[in-house]
This record gives sequence, C-alpha cells and structure tokens, in this order.
Amino acid sequence: MREEAEIIRQEYLRHDKKFPHVWCPGCGNGIVMGALLRATHNLKLSKDEIVLASGIGCSGRMPTYIDFNTVHTTHGRSLTFATGIKLANPELSVISVMGDGDATAIGGNHFIHAARRNINITAIIINNSTYGMTGGQYSPTTPYGSKSTTSVYGHVEHAFSIAELAVTAGASFVGRGTVYHASHLDKLIGQAITKRGFSVVEVISNCHVQHGRRNKLGGAVEMMQSFKNNAVTVGKAEKMTTEEMEDKFTIGILADIDKPISTEEYRRINRQAERDADKVVKAKVKNGVKRYEE
Amino acid sequence: MKNDQRYEIRFSGSGGQGIITAAVVMADAVAREAGKHVCQTQSYGPEARGGKSKAEVVVSDSPIDYPKALSIDLLLAMTQVACDAYFFDIRPEGLLVVDSDLVDQVPTSRAVTIPFTRIARELTGKELVANMVALGAVGLLSGQVSMTGLEAALMKRVPKGTEEMNRQALQAGIVEAKKIDLSLLPRSVISDWADD
Amino acid sequence: MKSEQQLPVLLQGNEAIVLGALAAGCRFFAGYPITPASEISELLSLRLPEAGGRFIQMEDEIASMGAIIGASLAGVKSMTATSGPGFSLIQENLGYACVAEVPCVIVNVMRGGPSTGLPTSPSQGDVQMARWGTHGDHPIIVLATSSVLDCFSITIKAFNLSEKYRVPVIILSDEVVAHTRESVTLPGPEEIRVIDRIAPSVPPEWYKPYAANNRGVPDMAAMGSGYRHHVTGLIHDEKGFPTQNPQEVDLFQRRLHDKISKGFNEIQVSKSIMMEDAEVCVIAYGSVARSAMRAVKEARAKGIKAGLLQLITLFPFPRQIVDSALRQCRVAVVPEMNMGQICREVARVNRSETRIVKHNRIDGQLITPEEILKYLVSV
Repeated sequence: MREEAEIIRQEYLRHDKKFPHVWCPGCGNGIVMGALLRATHNLKLSKDEIVLASGIGCSGRMPTYIDFNTVHTTHGRSLTFATGIKLANPELSVISVMGDGDATAIGGNHFIHAARRNINITAIIINNSTYGMTGGQYSPTTPYGSKSTTSVYGHVEHAFSIAELAVTAGASFVGRGTVYHASHLDKLIGQAITKRGFSVVEVISNCHVQHGRRNKLGGAVEMMQSFKNNAVTVGKAEKMTTEEMEDKFTIGILADIDKPISTEEYRRINRQAERDADKVVKAKVKNGVKRYEE
Repeated sequence: MKNDQRYEIRFSGSGGQGIITAAVVMADAVAREAGKHVCQTQSYGPEARGGKSKAEVVVSDSPIDYPKALSIDLLLAMTQVACDAYFFDIRPEGLLVVDSDLVDQVPTSRAVTIPFTRIARELTGKELVANMVALGAVGLLSGQVSMTGLEAALMKRVPKGTEEMNRQALQAGIVEAKKIDLSLLPRSVISDWADD
Repeated sequence: MKSEQQLPVLLQGNEAIVLGALAAGCRFFAGYPITPASEISELLSLRLPEAGGRFIQMEDEIASMGAIIGASLAGVKSMTATSGPGFSLIQENLGYACVAEVPCVIVNVMRGGPSTGLPTSPSQGDVQMARWGTHGDHPIIVLATSSVLDCFSITIKAFNLSEKYRVPVIILSDEVVAHTRESVTLPGPEEIRVIDRIAPSVPPEWYKPYAANNRGVPDMAAMGSGYRHHVTGLIHDEKGFPTQNPQEVDLFQRRLHDKISKGFNEIQVSKSIMMEDAEVCVIAYGSVARSAMRAVKEARAKGIKAGLLQLITLFPFPRQIVDSALRQCRVAVVPEMNMGQICREVARVNRSETRIVKHNRIDGQLITPEEILKYLVSV
C-alpha cells in the first residue's frame, strides 16, 4: 500500500509543477483523485492514452495535478469537450470529473444527453452538496432545509439524486461510492472505466468548510463518519423498508447494462458510408436540399 | 436599371404547387449550358407554405451580381393571387405565362395561357406534376435552355419511380408551348410606348 | 469527387460551405438544428462519414462548440454552423477557444434579430457580435461571404487561418447567400492550398505547449500523441498551467493580440472593383456587396466614377485598405442590413475629409441596387 502510494506520487502527479493544491485540508477531492489514479494504475492504462477533462469548481482543478492529457474546460461543459475528444480519437480513454453543480445544474443538459447518447466516456461526479469554490451556495443536491450562503433561511427546494438520474437517462454503468469507502471507490472507478459505454460514478463527498459548517455536520472526520453510517450497499438496501432507508443512501452498482455504444456506431457508419459513398453522395448532392423545394 | 444581358424568370403560385422545384430544375439545366451563369433564389419560410410562393431564376452571359430579379422577362403565374401580386414586376417586353384554369383574369393580352394543371391531371392522373408541364412551357418560351438539357436536369432530381410521369408532363408542356407563336402577341405588356 | 469539382454545378451557399470545409480537411462537425444554417449539418452528416470524419448533433449550441474544441484538441479540424440564437449560445466556449488557442471554424448564417427575430430573412446584425460577443479582450478573425463560390473558398481560407494562427475563425454568411443557388465551377484539389497546424518537433519532455514560435503561435500537439500537457481556460504560462503573475499574464495577453497583428497582410482580404479612378465608392460586404456591385456598374454607365471596396475580412478591421479608399474618394457609401455596424469602423479609421454616408435596411430584405445607386447619383 505504501509502495503503491509512492509509485502513484512519483508516476502520476505533476508534483514538481503544480503543488501545493488548492483543496482545503480534509477535502474529499484528494481521495477521489487517489482512487482515480489507483484505478487507472491497476488497469495498466498508459498516461498518454488517458484524457482527463473537468469543468469549473474545486473538482475542476483535479486535471491540473495529474500527468495525463488534461483539459480544464468551462463550467458544466466538460462532457461536451470530452465528447468531441472521444469521437475525434476513439482510442483515447476519456474521463470527465465534475462537481454536483457543474454536472447537474449548468451542465445538466449535457449530462443527461451524454448518458442517452452512450459514448464511451467515464463521468466521475463528486457530490459535496454545495458550490464550494464560490463560497457555499446551494446546488441541485443540497438537501431540503439545509443552510447555504444563498439559502440562509433553509433551503426550500428539493435535491435530486445524481446516480438515479443517470440510470433513467440511459447510462450503461452507474455506480455510487463515498470518499469514506476509498477502496470500494477504487474498484468502482475501475469498473466504470472498463465498461464499454457511458459510465457514471457518483462520489458522495464532504465539504465540511462550506456545507458541513453551516449545517452543523462537523468536520471532515464527522462527515465521513456519517457516510459510513448512512451508506447501504445495493444488496442490503433491497431487503430494507422505506422507513429503514430514511436518511440513508445506496452505494454500489446501480446499473450495468449492455447496449450499442455510439463510438462504435459511428465507426460502423464510417465503414458503411465509405462503401456507399459513390451512389449516395452523387444522388444527394445533386438533389440539393429537398426541404425547400416543396 | 437593368442590363440587357440578364434574363429573369419568376415562377409563382401557391405553396405545394412545386414552384421552387420547377425553378431549381430550370436553374440546374441552365447551369449546364456552356457559358451561361445562373442564380436561383426563392421566398422561403411561412410565406412559402400555403400562401404565395415564388422562386426566381436569373440567367446571364457574365457573372451575376445582384442575385434577385430586377425586372422580369418571364413570369409564370400558377394562381390568380400570384398573377395579381407580381404582374407589375414584368418588364414591358416581358411575357406572362399563366395556368388558364387557375387564372381567370389575365391582366394583359401579351400572355400565354395554358391549362397546365388540367393537362397534368388528364395525362398522368396527378395534378402534382402541373409544375413540370409549366416548366416545359417556360423552358421553351424562355429560350434559355435546350429541351434535352431541361429533361436531363429533371431526370436527375425526380424521385425514383416517377421519372416517366415527370418526363411526360415536361414534354406535354413543351408541345403546348410550341403551338404558341410569340410574334403574334402584342409587342409590350404595358403599352406600345412604354418607357424601357 | 471529380464530377463535382470540375464541371459547373448548381450549389447553394450552405452546400458550398460544406464542400469547402471538406476540401480544407475538416473531419469533425458538431451542430444543432437552426434555420437558415441546417443544410450545412444535413449535408455534413452525409459527407463526413464517407471522408472518414465524424458528424454529431449535440443537445445545444453550447455543447456543439465544446465538442468541436474537444475534437480540435484531439488533432482533428473542426467546425460548427449556426445562426443568431445559436451564435449567442456558442460565445462562452468561443472565448475558451480564443484563450486556449484552439483552431476551429464557426459559421454564422445571419438572420434577423434580436432574439428569435426573423428566422428566414437575411440580416447583417451580428457583425459586431462576431467581433466582441465573448467576454474579455481578445482578437478574432471574422470573414464575410457574398456568393456561392465565396462560400467554398472563404471556408478554406477560414480553416487555413485558424490552423496557422491557432485562433477561432468566424464565417459570416446570411440567409441570401446561404440559400441562393448558383452555377459554380469549383477548383480542383490541385488548385487548393491547405494549411495544417504545426506539431511540435522537440521531444515531449521539452515541449512547452504555449511557448511562442517566431510568429507568436505555439506549436500544437494533439491529445494522445505523446505530448501530455494541460489545457485550460484560465490565463496560463508557457507550460499551460494557470498563472496570476502579472508579468506572465501580460506576456500571454499581448501575445494573443500580437500573433494576429503580425499576420495583418495575410489575414485582411478585400476586393477592389473599378476603384482605380473612383471618386465615390461603396464599401460593402456579404450579400449587400452584390447589390453594390450592380449599383456601381449602373453608375459607371451613367458616367459616374464609382467603385466598390468589398470587404471579405471584417475583423481584424482592414484599416489600411479602407483608409486608402477613403483618401481617394470624396464620398463613401456604406450600405448594410443593420444600423451601421461596419460604418462605425469605417468612420473610426477615416482620417481624411471624405464624407461617409450610411444606408441601412433592417426590414429583413436584401438592399437593392437602386437604393445604393440613388446615393451614387446624388453625391
């Protein structure tokens, strides 16, 4: 374990360039970054074949620290850049790391359509229930009643569940983990990357500095303790009643389905188009655009 | 305002009569004539659906600057509404061509009247190809394309399986137009002393 | 391909943009349906796969712009096409392409605005927006097309400039140019000069992704080519990492401007027609330049020494070219389908006594030759 940590530090971090990092002491982002690196290391992926994209926010800084091909995009748009990269070079292993506001508020439309489209990209969404970098405003996953810098009277809206949203939108693989269950998270991220199709890992994380402090949830340790207490594996949750599941959440694999992957479908189209090129093109180009002719 | 080397045709009628298709086929045929330049535009959008529909073809020996019609050499009107709306855009020596069954009031004696829609129905059983009957007539009367070129352009653009019906319609229009002697028509669409 | 490229064919402006993009090496397109630009998407969805490229329809224009930046970062020449409302949406990521210096081409087929405006009518209302639409102070290249043949050649030019200067290039078309069908004879492949971005020649460990070459443009490595580096929308140092060091920030910001300034001669393109002895001139662009051309010919027929300066590059604004036309003429007429967006640029660079007359039409109709001729005759 120690040895592995040292390899990862030496091999994967831009430690001579970009450290110290911007994250607060005790932040869950570092655990997610560690899990991601252990997962790609164990999968023996080369650094050159991985692209790590991010949006804006605390999670958005992760690519800065890792020696992959990295893209720090605009707020919420990480998946759109990732889509272009993956389609342009399907050999690359494309991972997009986002926050809850990033992926499901400003980038919500991109998120559901990426899931529907099923391009072979892995989305890791760090859900800390707040906009940490901008000072703790409420996000789409801030619980009802919670305090934030923009819900000082208590939050009157309701949160949605990222993983369930991904399942409904059609992602091929959906998992949920927490920053407390670190080795489980390694495995989950590894499975998501290996999965052919659009895969999502929601990571329940702590922002004790913003969300935790305002809602008296304690520091990093207490918040992680609560993840430990409230996380229920998918198998266990099936045997529990709704009342028993109150205030708890499931971790594990929520969806793992096989369906055609857009990346491969596009390749099939290329082959078909090249074959049919002559006849189809000649007919169509010379016909111009039909819509305006009738 | 108009340079005489331009020849301008406006196809007009109502949306659904295939006005734009006729113009596009005409333009395509001209495009393949050696040394001729052609520019085709259309009114587009809600105006083109149900209401008035118009499409223009400008032919010239030199590259075309302004792409739309300036004063029309040949106006095809497939409805009374279109005829009324566009008749005054015709230049004095211009020619009006109308569907005689759909345009009751022809505003000039310098007009060619042919029942395009009736011919289409009687010949093919489908009024849909009235635009091609009209195209045959317009193509011949304009003198801007060869009839073989026009037919070739048409064959390239019609859906598979409808080639024969469209060809028949086009040829019927050409035959009707051949019966017309333009020299017997009054010289000017406005008056003999109209200013050019 | 041969039959399309050497015989005269009847093409729409939008179709010519597609053929130009393919000839320039575009192999990725992302777009979202919008009138009057949709034909570009439709035809590319057919043609790109056959050329080994990829077409994708995204969930909105923001996403389209993100996707083409991603594809370009992966080493593939990319384009999107839209109209006013979509052009508003792409601005966020357009700024990213400026700051991260990602080559890409954006076609805006202008329609009447603001907002949903006049979806099927031509306009030139987005000219200043093309220059200043995204936030921040940055140079950008904007080209205007006026004919079907233009659409083909200017699209190639747009890709070449974009790759050479690592800057997004905007092509402004309009509804008239987009939907007019014209007989054109396209140049054969041997007549087309295509420029590609320059890949680094140093070993990966020496590669500084944002270190300028002598033109002020960094060499560009594709993601996955072994040159791992960081790309960000934050202001960054030569290594591509965020910086707030005032010296580094200043160096970076100035380089963005300087790389374009150094290329003015090549970037600023225009056509001078009958300008040799002109005493009055029309300065026009886009479809209006065609009406202006007609008006100038008619004026000449009446014995008026009129000329046309047709601007192809709108930004960086061709100050020198316009300045010399203004020095030569007593009067310059600037007809536009907006309230004077280029006219204000013309006035800005005017250092002589030349009278500048603007003519504006904002009713969704193309300016006619008569309207322009009236000015040429009366002045």
